[in-house]
Amino acid sequence: MNSFEWSSPRDIAQAAGVATTTVAAAMVSQSGRLSTDGVVFKAGGIDLLDLMKEGLLAPRGIVNLREIPDLAVIAQADDGGVRIGANVTLAQLAADPVIRTRFLALADVAGNSASPQIRQVATIGGNLLQRPRCWYFRSRDHHCARKGGEVCFAFAGENQYHAIFDHNGCAMVHPSTSATALVALGAKLELTGAAGTKRVVGLEQFFLLPEVDIQRENDLTPGEILTAILLPPPAPTSRSIHIKQGETDSFDWPIADVAVALDTAPGGACRAAAVILGAAAPVPHRAKAAEALLVGKTIDADVARAAAHAALQGAAPLTKNAYKLPIFETLVRRAILAVVRGG
Amino acid sequence: MLDTTLPDFLASDAQAAERDAVGPGPVPLTLDVNNVSHSLFIEPKTTLAEALRDSLDLTGTKVGCDRGACSACTVWLDGKPIAACMMLAIDVGSRKITTIEGLAHGDELHPVQSAFIAHDAVQCGFCTPGLVMSCAALLESNPTLTIDDIKAATSGHLCRCGTHPHVHDAMLDASRIRKT
Repeated sequence: MNSFEWSSPRDIAQAAGVATTTVAAAMVSQSGRLSTDGVVFKAGGIDLLDLMKEGLLAPRGIVNLREIPDLAVIAQADDGGVRIGANVTLAQLAADPVIRTRFLALADVAGNSASPQIRQVATIGGNLLQRPRCWYFRSRDHHCARKGGEVCFAFAGENQYHAIFDHNGCAMVHPSTSATALVALGAKLELTGAAGTKRVVGLEQFFLLPEVDIQRENDLTPGEILTAILLPPPAPTSRSIHIKQGETDSFDWPIADVAVALDTAPGGACRAAAVILGAAAPVPHRAKAAEALLVGKTIDADVARAAAHAALQGAAPLTKNAYKLPIFETLVRRAILAVVRGG
Repeated sequence: MLDTTLPDFLASDAQAAERDAVGPGPVPLTLDVNNVSHSLFIEPKTTLAEALRDSLDLTGTKVGCDRGACSACTVWLDGKPIAACMMLAIDVGSRKITTIEGLAHGDELHPVQSAFIAHDAVQCGFCTPGLVMSCAALLESNPTLTIDDIKAATSGHLCRCGTHPHVHDAMLDASRIRKT
């Protein structure tokens, strides 16, 4: 890991605009030689330290956001929803009574991510902004297209953990399982730029496919700080769930994960549906055909099966990951039925 | 006309001053470890695990993967288990660190340490300090343990000798003793 300058501002106004680059931009090079003149933000620092220890990032300076107290709070929002400060840790989220009762999909995913030690430090903001886990991207010896190189090595390589949708030029899957749940819950992000200017953007719109920009996963701009995740109030009749399948039960990234949120009239038809697949595409993948099949129907096992089948519409597996298709189909069916049956 | 542009190395210094930045060379900082305050002079890039082992000679904290993936380096930050390899020492601030060296009271072992010995929950011992720290934190926060609580609390720990079943037995025993 390289040596760096360190600063630790105490409020947002002091911090915003101080970083000169984003982690994504600081990792792009023509030659594979690391840039050492950028200043980047750090929240929990789990992914940042990982990238630096692997020799993939060598910033001149780190601006620590962890001492900014307002960023670590979960609060009721004016619209009846919830405002989650970006520094709230995964452990905090998993234990929060409001998140547990009103946004179960998020509590599920926060409590099942990584290990207890990591959840204690890793923040929800950092989780959403972490870089891809693709082993070619994480390898210093592979100057891949996402780092300014010419090719994506996954297409002709070991692609068993890679995308089955939308892998246009880069076959990464989005690394955040929280993102799968948060997109299903209709989350928005509050971003604070230099001089305290704020913008609010839908989480789904914030993420970028490789065909839009192959070198960054999202629309964060240099100097901008992700300050809060905003959850709209769920309808009293809505429920959500997140389930994941890894190769082991503990401490593993999913090979497939699914979030489902349904609003169902009491004893009646489904009024609104979100079916989001994680570890499936370079962004959380919305299974629109499955959602269309659910809305207006009284959901039973047959409807759930049909929707799960439709969720894989348009899938284009690579040479080694077609095994993901039946796993996703099963997870979608189970998630829908679990929401409908209330457990 | 005078060129007022600063040379690169001076411009960089000026920007660092504007952010109140310290480093990249060694900086003075204080670490509260096992209720003792230590003054250190280390680079911002020093991890907590490195500071504990190399500067304070507290080598009970082991470093396995150095990536937060094996949990051998588990210590407590304000009583909660964290991976010391994935936290910078400068990022600890005034928070209290507890290491394996701080768990016993003099010659009196922590109940989890005694239970590990009684159940032979150690083979090579490299992962043991970290496992003990996770287990002791669990016992402090939840004295009525189930096997699932223990599995969840130790889910980040890799033990290549395969001591996990003995760890589970030790913890169930420690929990029984704590209750009586």
